Amino acid sequence: MINSLPAAAILIIGAFLIPFLKGRLKSAYLLLLPVMALINVVSIPDGIHWTVGFLNYDLIFGRVDRLSRLFGYMFTIVSFIGTLYALHLKKEDGQHVAAFVAAGSALGAAFAGDLLSFFVFLEMTTIASTYLIWARRTEASYGAGLRYLLVHLFGGLCLLVGIVIQVQHTGSLEFGVIGLNGLASYLILIGFGINCAFPALHAWLPDAYPEATITGTVFLSAFTTKVAVYSLARSFPGTELLIWIGAAMTVFPIFYAAIENDLRRVLSYSIINQVGFMVVGIGIGTPLSLNGAVAHAFNNILFKALLFMSMGAVMHQTGKSKATDLGGLYKTMPLTTLFCIIGAVSISGFPLFNGFVSKSMILGASAQDGMGILWLVLLFASAGVLHHAGIKIPYHAFFSHDSGIRTKEPPLNMLLAMGIAAFLCIFIGIFPGALYSILPHPVDYQVYTGAHVLNQLQLLSFAGLAFCLLILSGLHPVEMRVILLDIDWFYRKGGMVFLRLANRVIGTDREVIHGSEDRNVPS
Amino acid sequence: MKEEHVFDKPQNVKRLLMGFYLFLLLLIVVDLFFPKHPFFPWEGYPSFYGAYGFVAYVSIVFGSNYILRKLFQRKEDYYD
Repeated sequence: MINSLPAAAILIIGAFLIPFLKGRLKSAYLLLLPVMALINVVSIPDGIHWTVGFLNYDLIFGRVDRLSRLFGYMFTIVSFIGTLYALHLKKEDGQHVAAFVAAGSALGAAFAGDLLSFFVFLEMTTIASTYLIWARRTEASYGAGLRYLLVHLFGGLCLLVGIVIQVQHTGSLEFGVIGLNGLASYLILIGFGINCAFPALHAWLPDAYPEATITGTVFLSAFTTKVAVYSLARSFPGTELLIWIGAAMTVFPIFYAAIENDLRRVLSYSIINQVGFMVVGIGIGTPLSLNGAVAHAFNNILFKALLFMSMGAVMHQTGKSKATDLGGLYKTMPLTTLFCIIGAVSISGFPLFNGFVSKSMILGASAQDGMGILWLVLLFASAGVLHHAGIKIPYHAFFSHDSGIRTKEPPLNMLLAMGIAAFLCIFIGIFPGALYSILPHPVDYQVYTGAHVLNQLQLLSFAGLAFCLLILSGLHPVEMRVILLDIDWFYRKGGMVFLRLANRVIGTDREVIHGSEDRNVPS
Repeated sequence: MKEEHVFDKPQNVKRLLMGFYLFLLLLIVVDLFFPKHPFFPWEGYPSFYGAYGFVAYVSIVFGSNYILRKLFQRKEDYYD
């Protein structure tokens, strides 16, 4: 019965029953939905399913192959973890529904066999994600959500125009390899690129994610950028431009993350850095690098969700997320501290944790192709990951100077969700074969060689030594209560200037510029 | 009475650091004797990865603090 519908439909249609359920039944139902979707993803045979005629074209809701199935696993597993993490929210049906619509749409996009249904699912992810930002119900989240929506609508428009031109040229809606070959392909790449947070198209991500709800951010961090990675892997494998776009993505966010005060914003910059590694892998385009890219997407969803969950737990218990406000929480939140550290060492790529087994493939692929400069850039970026995600996040939240905050562990459901993610990070790190066996291409790669382990331990440990020496010598700069300008400055300030000019021309009320006090914040 | 936690005692921090330094020393020694099959010539230098990690880390800390902060740092209420 589960297989009579696409996994996307299970989550999206299933979501709308949530408001009608209460108590334990609702909790059980919330956890059951992603499990049913996962069973669906596991058991659907390879091939084309659920084809629906539309005008002169076929819409395909179930193109199942190793690539789409892998992303199906990712999205259903993280839905389960994220739902468990949000299970204590008894009066937030809207958030539960939005989270499942986002998850279902991401699944729909991953299994879409044609560009039109892919486009529709992508836009649905955007709308559901916007809700998860607005659901925080603060002035900042209202603004950030609106900017998120506008940027993504622009990206969607580029994509749609690209698709229309593409269909006119080729006569086919097929969502397959496109490659860079003219206007349509560039527009489609920009559409994908906005979702992927390409440099200069990225500012929506660190702008919006830290403003979303505590539980919503866990879903946001998983879907939009990973759907984009999937779409690049599907349509632009081996596109050389992506190597350099990805390399830039790995490097510039580490400088921002290094001095950003809001730890959830640090993690948002970190997403761009991690996605950068995947984009590089797709750009190189060899079986090893493509495997590495999608394996890293899989692992990234786990450790990034874990890190966002641990920071969310801190925020849930203390109401704070800034490095300057936190510190010393290991004393009262030891389990959360442990889970955060597991996420931190996983993303940093320590051997025996999952980041190591996938990032090594991408670096290995760049070395095999003799790309020395790229390889050095990626190695530099790896040290950067250790800096902002491996050390800064756990150090400032749980250790550093004692902020005097005394709290307790978050609710059991949050701890369990973090525990499951932490377990998977370690399990895949110790048994990489489990992940390698579901990758799109056959894997002929030994990650646990003496040289790999030794080199990686040296890189990370001596970067850690730099941290210790800088702190002990007093040379390490302190965190400050400031913000950093990013590309969003152009539309945030530009928008204000535009309104001011418009106000002069048509002479409307000043409230247009400064916002009225009784502005309707969606709830 | 104030509760004492593990890192409230300076000797515990010292012990942790001492263990870490010994581990680093071990990594340098093992690296000297480990057979290498480098893809790039610089990978063959002794403790290349350690040196690169150290230099990268320091340049990220100083680069972000002395260049990026100067250019793009604003007060928290900048957009309000």
